[in-house]
Amino acid sequence: MTHRMPWSARLGLALTLLFVLLALVGPWLAPYDEAAVVGDVWEPFSAAYPLGTDQLGRDMLSRMLYGARRTIGIALAATCLSFALGTTLGYLAATLGGWVDAVLSRLVDTLMSIPTLIFALVVLAVLPPSVTVLILVMAVLDSTRVFRLARAVAMDVVVLEFVEAARLRGESLGWIVLREIGPNTLPPLLAEFGLRFCFAILFLSSLSFLGLGIQPPAADWGGMVRDNANAIAFGLPHPLVPAAAIALLTVAVNLVVDWQLRRATAGRGG
Amino acid sequence: MHPILALVLRRLALGALSLWAVSLLIFAGTEILPGDVAEAMLGQSATPEAVAAIRRELGLDRPAWERYLDWLVGLLQGDLGTSYANRMPVAELVGERLANTLFLAGVAAAVAVPLAVGLGIAAVRWRESVLDRLLSAMTLSAISMPEFFIGYALIYLFAVTWPLAPPIATVYPGMDLAARLKVVVLPVAALALVTVAHMMRMTRAAILNVMESPYIETAELKGLARSRIVLRHALPNALSPIINVIVINLAYLVVGVVVVEVVFVYPGLGQLMVDAVAKRDVPLVQACGMIFAATYILLNLTADVLAILTNPRLLHPR
Amino acid sequence: MRTTRQPLSLRRRTFLQGSALAGTAALLLPGLMASRVRAAAPKRGGHLVLALDGASATDSLDPATYTATYMQTVGYQWGNCLVEIDEQVQPIPELAESWEPTPDATKWVFKLRRGVTFHNGKEMDAEDVVYSIDHHRGPESKSGAKGYLTMIKAVKATDKYEVTFELDSPYADLPYVLSDYHLLIVPKGSDFTRPIGTGPFVIKEFEPGVRTFAERNPNYWKEGRGWVDSIETLAINDPTARIAALQAGQAHFVNNPDPKTAKLLARAPGVKLIDVPGAGHRTFAMRTDTPPFDNNHLRLALKWGIDREEILTKVLNGFGRVGNDQPIPDFDPFFNRELPQRTFDPEKAAFHWKKADITGKIPLHVADAAWTGAVDAAQLYREHLAKAGIELEVVREPNDGYWSNVWMKKPFVGSYWGGRPTADLMLSVAYRSDAPWNETFWKRPEFDRLLDQARGELDPNKRRELYWEAQRMIWQEGGEVIPVFNNHLFGARDNVDGFVPVPVLTGLRAAEQLYFTDR
Repeated sequence: MTHRMPWSARLGLALTLLFVLLALVGPWLAPYDEAAVVGDVWEPFSAAYPLGTDQLGRDMLSRMLYGARRTIGIALAATCLSFALGTTLGYLAATLGGWVDAVLSRLVDTLMSIPTLIFALVVLAVLPPSVTVLILVMAVLDSTRVFRLARAVAMDVVVLEFVEAARLRGESLGWIVLREIGPNTLPPLLAEFGLRFCFAILFLSSLSFLGLGIQPPAADWGGMVRDNANAIAFGLPHPLVPAAAIALLTVAVNLVVDWQLRRATAGRGG
Repeated sequence: MHPILALVLRRLALGALSLWAVSLLIFAGTEILPGDVAEAMLGQSATPEAVAAIRRELGLDRPAWERYLDWLVGLLQGDLGTSYANRMPVAELVGERLANTLFLAGVAAAVAVPLAVGLGIAAVRWRESVLDRLLSAMTLSAISMPEFFIGYALIYLFAVTWPLAPPIATVYPGMDLAARLKVVVLPVAALALVTVAHMMRMTRAAILNVMESPYIETAELKGLARSRIVLRHALPNALSPIINVIVINLAYLVVGVVVVEVVFVYPGLGQLMVDAVAKRDVPLVQACGMIFAATYILLNLTADVLAILTNPRLLHPR
Repeated sequence: MRTTRQPLSLRRRTFLQGSALAGTAALLLPGLMASRVRAAAPKRGGHLVLALDGASATDSLDPATYTATYMQTVGYQWGNCLVEIDEQVQPIPELAESWEPTPDATKWVFKLRRGVTFHNGKEMDAEDVVYSIDHHRGPESKSGAKGYLTMIKAVKATDKYEVTFELDSPYADLPYVLSDYHLLIVPKGSDFTRPIGTGPFVIKEFEPGVRTFAERNPNYWKEGRGWVDSIETLAINDPTARIAALQAGQAHFVNNPDPKTAKLLARAPGVKLIDVPGAGHRTFAMRTDTPPFDNNHLRLALKWGIDREEILTKVLNGFGRVGNDQPIPDFDPFFNRELPQRTFDPEKAAFHWKKADITGKIPLHVADAAWTGAVDAAQLYREHLAKAGIELEVVREPNDGYWSNVWMKKPFVGSYWGGRPTADLMLSVAYRSDAPWNETFWKRPEFDRLLDQARGELDPNKRRELYWEAQRMIWQEGGEVIPVFNNHLFGARDNVDGFVPVPVLTGLRAAEQLYFTDR
């Protein structure tokens, strides 16, 4: 199908693959160790430090490369997990209705009605600080949003004639979800996936802000934005480097998602 | 009874149940958190004797369930209790902050929601045009920045470099509306940047989803104007996910804006709750938690009711 | 536009100290500060806006609960203490007119200033002082000051204008203790949560964690203080936001600008940077009762293996002085000048590390709640120790609950001391075997004996010898790595003047000192 890809999707795909590649091999490409203090604070871009140095005089490029794997890996893992959890439960709630829907919806309402950061604060203060715990907490918190959306779009589909027909045919629940509801609710969920992936990166930086994220001196892009944010007052571009990387990754992923979205809708329409 | 009214009543009853569950969760959470109000208040200058004196006076030496019941009974009688840390009535502490939070959320929503839906519709109307692509790139960049970064950037650009708006959004009782609106310009801009992107993209996706339906094709074949098709035929059937995403963002504007409050020093409820958690001031944490939870539950109920009203098939399932 | 530095006069002071000259030191100093203050004549009137950190929505006006800058500064707006500390770190009369110890320093008699009235019109007398001080003592007290009033046996009104403090052991530094920001004087029987004071301003509106509005007390008794008509104290905990408020003119005076951006602030138009050397110091504290930190070779390895200069330049941006692993600041009369300054020496660190014979990583628990930049400093420290072959593991803890869950619980943590006005106070609160805040759990009976001896010793030369020995012990065997002493930084608009740079409790009395000039 690639020959029908528009240029925007090609660009998005190329960038996404580039980021994934960097995530895989980044640490080997890095000129310095991510923790090594090699220069002065906030040195300008130069041959020695292509992206300058950070608030402690560490090489920004090396930290970006080391941070790629951690940032992309954690955000991707958390987002995938939250979608697996959120869509499954959302579809179930919409299809089964009744008390299953009521219980799940109230449970999610309860979780969602507690401010996310406060929730994370309490949970992460009590649980041991590890990347696994971090991913799990992020996934569970995010899955509530996915659940609501999945349930809402599935509700619209469930009442359509073809689902009704499938029920009357006696098709199993799994069949209905996979063959009827899944494909027909994919587009909005795909759009949401791209967004939630970026939110996961940003949420990670908010957690670092509260001292709950990744342990120093390990680098993650959101945390790098936060650590260098004060440089803006100097008019220095350093915090823009990780911010731009996050933005570029987000745009790239969403270009691919947009293309998939169009393919999915085109497939159904035709 | 009208089915919708019945639904609303049932959901309100369930909502009350949710609230109770939230109160238990929050109470348990603050109990699990290491440290208590006595240690948190004294911080580095805590001595065992001073800590013990505070615990005695606040009755923290009593079992947890007893304290929870006390609080619950008080709440049912409309008494939110007294702050552990500064002994002011919780209702007084919370009331002012709640009004501030609703004001900021209201102004931000008034700007962001029409803008997002309008842009979303425009993006569909002129789909694949330069405008569509430009909007897509801009909204994506806007949501890829951490909130505090957007906040600092706005302050640096529009308060320090070109002094167009005040950087600090301190509001207080007795301030008139014009002055309030003036100080919240930058926080509203920051919140709008964050929320418009999400809502606009969802609006666009939802309408596009409907645009692929056979009946839209029919309308197109009939030769109706594209604007008319988008507005009169596609939009009404895409309302459910749009309302849902708007509600999620409204809830965010009330519940989740603590970072923006910190950056612009806006005295909202989020900042109050963070302070209260830091001090382990349980009555205050509970009150904030209850308000946030109630907001959420009511907004979700509204979304569900609106979704049903806009999709008659949901009204008479099976 | 200008940077006001004050170290000259302070350094000079160390030579004058301990002699009868101390009292006249102020007259002898050709201080930059003095001439600067007189350059612009103080002007009455105006509305002054302060923007300060350390505020919380749960703050209370009760002075027993004050722990951070915001409420401390508000406290000195409505109230006064018996004693004030001046620029030379000497106690000077505030609500007390004079004081006298008995020769053995177990009893102190304070004579009160006459004719001072509270905001409600009542005249202040000895009963009020007893009531106010007792709020912070005794089993029922919840005051943050409780920990250092333990030597007071009784406070008695011995005349309408005379208060006598009876102590259970000799104590030469009582006047310093009574300058503490908790110990503000209110009328007998009044409600501490709605305090009525004798201070320069009357609190009109108080919204915890948001703002405080106060108007000038027209009957304020203190000469040359309390210039502006009204004062608004904004609670701004975020440093970037505080600086923005100052630059935009929304605030006239801010505390704690981020040292990293302070130099930029000094260059910005319309504002100036105020830089005061302080007694505050940032530390990494080891529990000397817990392995492996019970091994003094390990402690020495960690002390030699830190590059103090780099932490000073990178984390404090140069606004401070390097520390020498003991807590007495260089301007204190009892500062031990003969202790060699520790420098970064990876070889010595490696030598002691080998002697200590320890393997594995050394975890250091930090959070920015300990002090701003602690996490950054710990990461630099990690790199320094790596050069000595020692592996430090930086464990970032949540800011929330840091002081109750991490500090004095984990064996190696970041910590901060704001500095105390006297050597005795500093050493007693943090280094005595039985001190409640002995964060290194360092227990040396011979050290305690030195302190006891010095407390009752009224001869400055003999006291100095005792304190020098105490500092040497901490330097050699203690559990504190003290890389830097920080300066106190403030930002002010160009047309605001009058700030008095006191090295301890710096800036807390700014409200009554500041005035507008015509510039």
